[in-house]
Amino acid sequence: MLIRAILLLGLAMTGITSQAAVNKSGEELYRQHCAACHGYDGNGGVGVPLTLPDFQYSVTNNYLKTTIRHGRPGRVMPAFPSLSNADIKALIKYIRRWAPGKPYRYPVTPVQGDAKHGQQLYQQHCMACHGSLGEGGKGTGLTFSRPRDLPIIAPALNNPGFLKAASDQFIKATLMNGREGTPMVSFLQQGLKEQDINDLVVYVRSFEQNPLPREQTPLEAKEATIAFESSYDMKTTIANLKDAAVGNNFIIIREQTLDEGLVAVDKENPQQHIIYFCNFGFLNQALAIDPRVGLFLPCRITVVEKDGKVMVYALNPSRLSPLFNNTELNKLCHEMNDTYVSIIEDATL
Amino acid sequence: MKYRSFWHALILGLLLLPGLPAIAEDLLMARVPMTFPEAMLKLQSTLKKYNHTLSRVQRVDIGLTAKGYKTDKYRIVFYGQADEIRQLADEHPQLIPYLPHKIAIFAEDEETMLVAVNPEMLFLTDDPKLQATMKKWHEDLQLIFKDMRQE
Repeated sequence: MLIRAILLLGLAMTGITSQAAVNKSGEELYRQHCAACHGYDGNGGVGVPLTLPDFQYSVTNNYLKTTIRHGRPGRVMPAFPSLSNADIKALIKYIRRWAPGKPYRYPVTPVQGDAKHGQQLYQQHCMACHGSLGEGGKGTGLTFSRPRDLPIIAPALNNPGFLKAASDQFIKATLMNGREGTPMVSFLQQGLKEQDINDLVVYVRSFEQNPLPREQTPLEAKEATIAFESSYDMKTTIANLKDAAVGNNFIIIREQTLDEGLVAVDKENPQQHIIYFCNFGFLNQALAIDPRVGLFLPCRITVVEKDGKVMVYALNPSRLSPLFNNTELNKLCHEMNDTYVSIIEDATL
Repeated sequence: MKYRSFWHALILGLLLLPGLPAIAEDLLMARVPMTFPEAMLKLQSTLKKYNHTLSRVQRVDIGLTAKGYKTDKYRIVFYGQADEIRQLADEHPQLIPYLPHKIAIFAEDEETMLVAVNPEMLFLTDDPKLQATMKKWHEDLQLIFKDMRQE
């Protein structure tokens, strides 16, 4: 047990996996880990487009490495602790082939400025896209969440992953030059002076000192399953659950046994009964935030009778939110969690 | 027993620490270089190749469009092996809401996306038998996704 625990701990902390142990080409690694979000051709999807020449020239290899290693907590881009340094190097080399040429090199000196003035400028020039607290634009980038003519969602400047990856000089250069092919404009051309831009950089850097607002903090992982024992028999529990779901503005869309479709009809176990229900407005809202959550929709409650006890099971949405690394789902997951508990309590107590 | 409790608590504490970014393997995702109908057919044959039975397909997009919402093609594919699903439900009822196994499949222009949860990250357990089951479940998904990516 102890040995297994140590091995598991080692795995969790260092992320040594079988994939990391094998030398894979940058292309293989990209296809396996990045293409799902950034596209095979790097043109973006859930993730940002990686092929924009201005992006390629303005981000350093260290920025890319830190971003891959640490991700963007709560902003969909996951961390990749299981990739070795050699893997990340190969990945970066592969990504760089989309815009051959050397990326810009920034001085390492921190930017000096007046954060208070920077805050005023931020509210005037940046807040509309990057949010009042630097929380960034909304959505993940797929079809459901934004028009396709927008190449990028404004990044969350207060994200610990961004602040770790982006140096002061990188932020300054982005503000000075803008990012061609995206809505980010050059603020020199917008009339700001270099000192104004320094003040803005210092204000953005000050986000490091502030704890993330609650709604931007990834949820604490909980048990994966909600389980209640019913005070009623199976038939009554099922009827109560359907009534409670309808009472909570859901439509019952399907009922079936757990093993329907896997065994012959006469072999199905009627003591494992699934009720599917849906509120299509809620479903549409959830998919607009993150299209991947369809994996856990439509809503479902399973009633199981075993050894004289009737149990009711549902997945725990609060456990699922952290898996998506998307804090925009927090509120919906809390709501859904409360709804599940309310429906089940109504039906079983 | 003391060691077991300590390490288990430590591991869970590290893995469940709030504020940590999700690690890449929490969700398994694949981009399939095929249109949605092609990918759907390929997924069905791939599941069969790995000895799974497709139990049903939830047509999420049909439900949404019927209610007036705009959506691209979006389905949930439920699958499994009857004996394994029955055994898991009997021995580990906490898994029931996640059974049969499922993969979300949706169109992304001329390509198709697949998403599934990594069961090893969803159910953190120190039960060796359940760990082995989760590992196999995860490995199966990896093989299916690898085939679907056409590697």
